[in-house]
Amino acid sequence: MSQSDAMGFLSPLTEKAENSWFWYIKEWVCSTDAKRIGLMYIIFGILMGVIGGVLSILIRIELFSAGADIMSETFYATLPGMHATLMIFFFVIPIFTGVGNFVVPIQIGAPDMAFPRLNLAGFWILPAAAAMALSAYLVPKGAPGFGWTGYPPLSVQASLGADLWIAAIILVGTSSTMAAVNFLSTVFNMRCKNMTLFQMPLFTWSLVVTSFLILASTPVLTSAMMMLELQRTFPAAFHFFDPQGGGDPILYQHLFWFYSHPAVYIMILPGFGLISEVIPTFSRKPIFGYAVMAWSMIAIAVLGFVVWAHHMFTTGIALRVRMAFMLLTMLIAVPTGIKIFSWLATMWGGSLSFKTPMLFAVGFIAMFTIGGLSGVVLASVPVDIQLHDTYYVVAHIHYVLVAGSVMTIWAGIYYWWPKMTGRFYHEGLGKFHFWVTTIFINVTFFIQHYLGMQGMPRRYFDYDPQFEWANAISSLGSFALFSVQFVALGNLVWSLYAGRQAEANAWEDGETLEWDISSPPPHHNFPEPPVWEPVDRSHDEEEGHELQPQPSPAE
Amino acid sequence: MAAQVEAGAENLGVENGKIGMWTFLVMDAMTFAGFLAGYARLRWSPGSGWPMPYETFGVIGIQLTAFNTFVLICSSVSMVHVLAETMKGNLKRAENWMLATIFGGLFFLGVQGYEWTHLIMDKWPHMLSAGAAPPAYNSNFASTFLNLTGFHGAHVAVGVMYNVIMYLGLRRGKIDQDNASLIEIAGLYWHFVDLIWILVFTFVYLI
Repeated sequence: MSQSDAMGFLSPLTEKAENSWFWYIKEWVCSTDAKRIGLMYIIFGILMGVIGGVLSILIRIELFSAGADIMSETFYATLPGMHATLMIFFFVIPIFTGVGNFVVPIQIGAPDMAFPRLNLAGFWILPAAAAMALSAYLVPKGAPGFGWTGYPPLSVQASLGADLWIAAIILVGTSSTMAAVNFLSTVFNMRCKNMTLFQMPLFTWSLVVTSFLILASTPVLTSAMMMLELQRTFPAAFHFFDPQGGGDPILYQHLFWFYSHPAVYIMILPGFGLISEVIPTFSRKPIFGYAVMAWSMIAIAVLGFVVWAHHMFTTGIALRVRMAFMLLTMLIAVPTGIKIFSWLATMWGGSLSFKTPMLFAVGFIAMFTIGGLSGVVLASVPVDIQLHDTYYVVAHIHYVLVAGSVMTIWAGIYYWWPKMTGRFYHEGLGKFHFWVTTIFINVTFFIQHYLGMQGMPRRYFDYDPQFEWANAISSLGSFALFSVQFVALGNLVWSLYAGRQAEANAWEDGETLEWDISSPPPHHNFPEPPVWEPVDRSHDEEEGHELQPQPSPAE
Repeated sequence: MAAQVEAGAENLGVENGKIGMWTFLVMDAMTFAGFLAGYARLRWSPGSGWPMPYETFGVIGIQLTAFNTFVLICSSVSMVHVLAETMKGNLKRAENWMLATIFGGLFFLGVQGYEWTHLIMDKWPHMLSAGAAPPAYNSNFASTFLNLTGFHGAHVAVGVMYNVIMYLGLRRGKIDQDNASLIEIAGLYWHFVDLIWILVFTFVYLI
């Protein structure tokens, strides 16, 4: 095997790129190969995650003790919104798009995405948008201080930074719809022989469902942002959200949450799909209830569109409407519960191997359940009126996004890292990363439930001294949580130089197509179009997967 | 130019491009849905003070736009002819029909520009100078009107450019019988813009 074969798609394509770093990097920057674009998404996402993490650490330093500590209150006001913007739009969503770019075409047996150049363009919009959002700190009066929700009238009155932020949000939306169009076209039209829809791996399924969510919800956010920008730019002519001109500020909230509630499923469904790949591999058992797993994702997506007003229980909408939204919101716990129990049933009776990805998957199931349950608490109208805009909401969102999305992201990166780079990370360090992360997620965020119940509001610069000890615990937890992530990043970089070589089927028990080709995969994925061997997804007694060896009653 | 990516063994029986356009149109329709939902919320909330379109535009204004709508629908018909002639291989005829389609789009934009000028200069002077008194009715009538017709007008402008590119492709022999699906995909977009206009026209002018 020659050197370039061993490096797969990482190897330079031209002689020029082989001899010079400059041309090699240029080859990546202009590459239309979904695997390379996927890796660029992941690197970009991690970078933004670090910046977003720094902002959150600034918040936690300020809140460590009561009173003004290290910054002005106007600067503090920009932090929660910019932290959320970076984490949601530039970290979680791009990383899942990146992992999807790498994995989905291979899982369905395709050589590339359906529109490679659209893919590249969609990626390069993101750094531009991130630069715009971050440059809000450089203009007079700084970044917008209205949180990531941008509610009018505050967002209408805000300074120039708000215009940069709005433009960045519209650009990010454009980028993610471009990716969604590409994923749907790829999955619907480019599957290999025998890869029918209900043979597709569940990660691919999750990207399909997510893409539909993006397609139907993101444009509504774009329309809200356009209206907001029109009102800001031409205050005499446009009064969409201005009650004095006959407008309605609540209209903005409806449009915003029509996107931003599905957005939380955009941020978690790929994680669900990913966990559905990790758990069967390390349980050495096929996924339990494959079809139900796919349908429950669809059910979550459909329900996700009709629950947005549960973010608006305190805006004065009619009680009857709130009751309907409360009921629908609680209904989402049903398909989510189906998924949790199907993962547990997959592990039940399996031959478990607790490698780092599996640890993150199991940790995710345990802690995401906490986040899911506090979601049900928040969904009930009377409780929400009490807890609205308190730290309870902060705790809930971080249990679903840090203990949910971030844990699954790590599970996915560890799981596919040997496939992406051909090298294993250091297993001991990976486990260390998992345990410290898990412990300090709970140290950081669990106490915030208590703070919220006691009535500490979110986004506040200063607070009552009685909350000081709990805030100090939360801050200490967040420092440890943030610093241990660098151990993981160091581990990944270390693996590139000194990691053990990975086989094609790096975990030995991978069943999907990406484990059939070398690690890292060659430039065009498959030397010739693969043929999928259909899997019986049923749990019949005669055929299909056995559930549990049943003791025969006769003996 | 990157190689065209082929459909896989399991597919929906159409080119990738057509699925791409359909999914894009879903997204675009949702953008208009956002604007239209905003319109509906502002107009049909109690005591909104929304004027009757007939009184604001006047009968002539609505008739002019109705004629404009007719022209846009005609350009959709001529787009169908472009595809039919391309598929038959009559490229010269296809080119002429495409010119008619482009002309229809430009005519539509021209009339819309005329209408905007008239409305902003004569009916809604408060938009340009802060001193001018706003109209007696809910001024969001004007805001949503400009928002919806403007966003649609931008779509028509993009469609005209798209059609010009297709026209040049036909002229230079890059599009013929074998890849007529390129015309079909452009047609999907053009018919979609037409369909959206019928919705916008109904909402903003008629009811």
